[in-house]
Amino acid sequence: MDFASAQVIGAGLAAIGVGAAAVGVGNVFGSFLESALRNPAAADSQQGRLFIGFAAAELLGLIAFAVAMIILYAR
Amino acid sequence: MAAEGKIDPMHQFTVEPLVPLHIGPYDISFTTSSLWLLVALVVIYGFMALGMKRQLVPGRWQVAVEGVTGFIDDMVKVNIGPKGKAYVPYIFSLFIFILVSNLLGLLPLAVIGIHPFTTTSHFSITGVLAVLSFSIVLIVGFWRHGLHFFSLFVPHGTPKVMIPLIASIEFISFMVRPFSLGLRLFVAMIAGHILMEVFGSFIVSGFNGGAVGWGVGALSFAFIIGVAALELLVCAIQAYVFALLTTLYLNDAINLH
Repeated sequence: MDFASAQVIGAGLAAIGVGAAAVGVGNVFGSFLESALRNPAAADSQQGRLFIGFAAAELLGLIAFAVAMIILYAR
Repeated sequence: MAAEGKIDPMHQFTVEPLVPLHIGPYDISFTTSSLWLLVALVVIYGFMALGMKRQLVPGRWQVAVEGVTGFIDDMVKVNIGPKGKAYVPYIFSLFIFILVSNLLGLLPLAVIGIHPFTTTSHFSITGVLAVLSFSIVLIVGFWRHGLHFFSLFVPHGTPKVMIPLIASIEFISFMVRPFSLGLRLFVAMIAGHILMEVFGSFIVSGFNGGAVGWGVGALSFAFIIGVAALELLVCAIQAYVFALLTTLYLNDAINLH
């Protein structure tokens, strides 16, 4: 296998991480909504924590994207 | 751009010099990046100036400005408490600068031949913002607590045996903060713009390519409308997350654990 095709395959594999982050972000918002509907009075005060969780989950997906880009444009 | 042949999504991020200027070995040309930073400055200044007339009964514009300042004020009050009042101007500048630069980059001005440049899609800009926040946290922390600031790395009630392990983990997570802060904003912006560029090229190439191509083009067109709406949301969320995380890090430095 030559370098160019290996590069493209590697970048594609690295992009799997973005999908995993999608699961994480969905989990964050899903769990928040689930508990917010049970206790709507407490929901507003937890919005800051919601976005911290979102930021942490999202960052890992963005790192996967950055790795894919580094592989794709290597050399 | 990519009417035929290869799609080149990275081209939109190139910094091109508008007024070349060299001093010795240093290149300090006035670039597209500097131009759009200035545009952001003008927009922010205009937005604020029109809303700071201090009318007793606020007009529409003043309500908009008060909404943004009140939002940041509340966020700092909730997360830091009364001691955070001194840092509201910094957090506010950070928030509105990131928000305006993000939104400026999304403007569909290419229709009339002006290509907006997203200043926040470069690590040199977001990295500087992140390092600025991080240094403020360090300065405030050491200034308020002196060497006691290091107790940040040892949470309350840690068993003695665990201290070396916990402290090293906390130290790593502390030192990674500026990178994660800058990287998040920059990659989120770059990813959104690449996505829009790729699907925009699909529309053009699709409509050039027969019946099946028309289908692909129409689907991409519907998709890109959704993506554009999502990008508007991401612009606001990224600005909010950057400001929120800076507030939380400041809270660590002011109140310790």
